[in-house]
Amino acid sequence: MSTDTHAPFEKQPEKPGGAGDATAPRSTGELIRLERVTKRFGDHTVLDNLDFSVDAGKHVTLIGPSGSGKTTILRLLMTLLKPDEGRITVDGDQLYPAPEKQVREIRKKIGMVFQQFNLFPNMSVLRNITEAPVTVLGMSKDEAEVRARELLEMVGLTDKCDARPTQLSGGQQQRVAIARALAMRPQVLLLDEVTSALDPELVAGVLDVLRDIARSTDITMLCVTHEMNFARDISDQVLMFDSGRVIESGSPEKIFNDPENERTREFLGAVL
Amino acid sequence: MKWDWSAVSDFMPYFWDGLLVTLQILVLGSLISFALGLVWALLMRVPTRWVTWPVGAVTEFVRNTPLLVQLFFLFYVLPEWGITASALTTGVFAIGLHYSTYTMQVYRAGIEAVPVGQWEAATALNLPLRRTWAVVILPQAVRRVVPALGNYVISMLKDTPLLMAITVLEMLGEARLFAQQNFQFTEPLTVIGVAFIVISYLASLALRALERRLVH
Repeated sequence: MSTDTHAPFEKQPEKPGGAGDATAPRSTGELIRLERVTKRFGDHTVLDNLDFSVDAGKHVTLIGPSGSGKTTILRLLMTLLKPDEGRITVDGDQLYPAPEKQVREIRKKIGMVFQQFNLFPNMSVLRNITEAPVTVLGMSKDEAEVRARELLEMVGLTDKCDARPTQLSGGQQQRVAIARALAMRPQVLLLDEVTSALDPELVAGVLDVLRDIARSTDITMLCVTHEMNFARDISDQVLMFDSGRVIESGSPEKIFNDPENERTREFLGAVL
Repeated sequence: MKWDWSAVSDFMPYFWDGLLVTLQILVLGSLISFALGLVWALLMRVPTRWVTWPVGAVTEFVRNTPLLVQLFFLFYVLPEWGITASALTTGVFAIGLHYSTYTMQVYRAGIEAVPVGQWEAATALNLPLRRTWAVVILPQAVRRVVPALGNYVISMLKDTPLLMAITVLEMLGEARLFAQQNFQFTEPLTVIGVAFIVISYLASLALRALERRLVH
């Protein structure tokens, strides 16, 4: 994998509406770190003393059987869950344990796209995208709308500004959700099985948008997916999870072509 | 038994007075019950027992005692503590309070029916809690509960004659007064009976129109 993952925008000048423009200076080096993180649901230990870090600008894919804790990592980073033990830092600031005010600051750096889209059905597509930039980042309404239209152009939905989410197909809704997450100019984008709820014919459109973002921005991506071809395309690093632990990690070439761990081989044999 | 149209026309001026009072009770009582019920429902979600316990106890008490008893209590007992208000004001407040303990449960159900993913999306976008309630959760919750709230409005309409017990002259009060003074019961009671049906029917039509608009 190329080490030059801080791909500047000039790489793709034909995409001025890309996701990473006009953002604050990006950090380099380690962006996310989990130290000895344990998460239990009742008696079930989902993450077991996990150590794990992601460098800025990298695209990391988490694979593994369901229930192995992949999604839990994303949910911990988005502060939808709290770990039972351990420490989480983002860009050098502690996300857990931390006071609420600090959590809110750090959360600005992280965006998430959900399996079920979770668009706000009571708002238009445009308002879905502008709501948070206006109320959280203090952007003016006009500025937020201009940017929202750019993002909608990037995901190929310029004509849907005034539509309600419920009037869109699943694939279109997910592309709006991606635009909505990017409108907050996050440094990290968490993608939680974003194509799992889609009809098969709609998957490609969403993955194309994500490939585009991966290529044309320097955003850090953490991606849980069952789309192995997609993982192979965009990842700098693939982590294989099993029972709350990383059992193998490496470049996509290594993991997909020459896995060392027996469990990884079994898993890939079953899904590929 | 004979039907006397002249008794009807004699009653009409009193009927209009009563109708106006009934509609006042219904509209203001509904507004109070909608607002107060929402307040109760939100307070019940405050994550401390110091709030939820007293609110739960008070609303449970109000819901499980008869409205008529509450009316008498507010009208005859509160003045002894130096709190006085007109019969109509007392009645409107009592009926609004009573029904708020029902609407709070409607709101609760509506709030709980909003998918957890909506909360998660709001967190992921870093929306402040207040904003999340105001623009994400409540608009969706309220939309879901409009039919149920509307049913309580119609229910409340049928409870408005209870205010007669504290001297409020709504439709039934006017009819009774007219009947006792003129010894003619059939006509005024029939007139207000028809009026109740007409108001209920119009209210349910309005409700259905509102539902359609909310659902798109």
